[in-house]
Amino acid sequence: MITLAATGGSIDVSAGQVAASLALVAVAAAVSFWWKADLERDIGVATIRSLIQLTAIGYAIQLIFDADSIWLVLALLAVMVLFGALTARARARRVPAPFEPLLIALAVAGASTLGLVVALGIFEPTPRYLVPVGGMVIGNAMTAAAVALNRLGDEMADSRERIEATLALGATAREAAMPTVRRALRSGMIALVDSTKTTGLIFFPGTMVGMLLAGADPTDAVRLQLILLYTLLGSVAVAALLATGLAYRNFFTPAQQLREPS
Amino acid sequence: MSFQLRDVCLSRGGRAVLDAVDAELPAGASAIVGPSGSGKSTLLRLLNRLADPDRGEIAYRGRPLAAYEPLALRREVALVPQLPALLEGTVESNLRYAAGLAGKELDAERCLGLAGLDPGFAARDVGKLSVGEQQRAMLARALAQEPRVLLLDEPTSALDHAARDAIEAALTGLRRQLGISIVLVSHDPEQARRLSDWVVRLEAGRVVDSGPLERVLA
Repeated sequence: MITLAATGGSIDVSAGQVAASLALVAVAAAVSFWWKADLERDIGVATIRSLIQLTAIGYAIQLIFDADSIWLVLALLAVMVLFGALTARARARRVPAPFEPLLIALAVAGASTLGLVVALGIFEPTPRYLVPVGGMVIGNAMTAAAVALNRLGDEMADSRERIEATLALGATAREAAMPTVRRALRSGMIALVDSTKTTGLIFFPGTMVGMLLAGADPTDAVRLQLILLYTLLGSVAVAALLATGLAYRNFFTPAQQLREPS
Repeated sequence: MSFQLRDVCLSRGGRAVLDAVDAELPAGASAIVGPSGSGKSTLLRLLNRLADPDRGEIAYRGRPLAAYEPLALRREVALVPQLPALLEGTVESNLRYAAGLAGKELDAERCLGLAGLDPGFAARDVGKLSVGEQQRAMLARALAQEPRVLLLDEPTSALDHAARDAIEAALTGLRRQLGISIVLVSHDPEQARRLSDWVVRLEAGRVVDSGPLERVLA
């Protein structure tokens, strides 16, 4: 049984307890097998990958905490931005050359939101705060940018006739694409906006749950969760705006012509 | 002379869509005719730089098309595409948008009248128009920019006889009242006969004949 440690308000979790939680993975695999959902292999891969990835990042974070170096934190965040952009690129197949807009979007979203929360005195610029908050910010920004560009690619393909008819009136590429870009931006942001609306009613967000499990005061848990939710709202807005605002240009030539689909 | 095309070539996906096209489209009403897939619509899109040729040169009023600023050119040489593609909103908001891009004052009633629509259409939601009404609203929208040349891509292909006759009457009225030049793409030689006095015949991306209507479609 997980219990509060005697000192520091943290909890100790044994490897055996983690192994016991695999029983729930077995339930998921059984459901998939029983209903022929054909997800057993994916569930297995997801379980093994999560085990390896989280264990590795756990050791990496421990090293960074021990080194107490801001440069190591920045290097870790840069790697997260790079892999985030590479991962999101796979969701933006119908967008020409999406990597650069995604890289810029994630880097600026991460830097601006982390910079702001530090400048406002919300978090100290130390590894203990910057690593977990940075990971959440970049992860959510990646999801928002990927969804927004996925929608942008579909919308641009579906709206070719309308966009070209608007260009034919002498509108700029920006003017012709704006309704499409607006819908894509909305798609990128809407999931987090909706979950923020329902937080506390329909689900308890992860940070709050984690803090409550670790024995924190509920008021503190709620306050920290609110800070993180508002920070994430800012970061997904910046990421979706930059990703769509930069990527739509790749659909057009310098002569304001809609490129042929590849 | 409105347009002169010299050795114009364009390929898409490794296939030659236009192959060494030489043609003239004089002021007045011209028609580009030919079977489906002969490159008519592609040729029309080159005339207001919605696309550029891979090779060759197109001149408009004696100047190479590439020397024109694309946005200014498109406001002077307006293209009405084959499929209606209006912006969400009312007919009037579409007309106002087009007039605003060209820096013109909008006279919605006049534009609608020229396109064969009564003034009551101004307040109509574009989503509730028939295809024929949308096509005429597209024409009215182009006219709101007061262009010198109208490029019309199969303007009646999706319409029944009554709607087709209404569009053709509107186009005939336009020429008479405004004196603007028209370049019409049509797969129907009879429509070219009714609306134009100069014809370019395309087959498989090549010009097989061009000249006065009476000779080419004799």
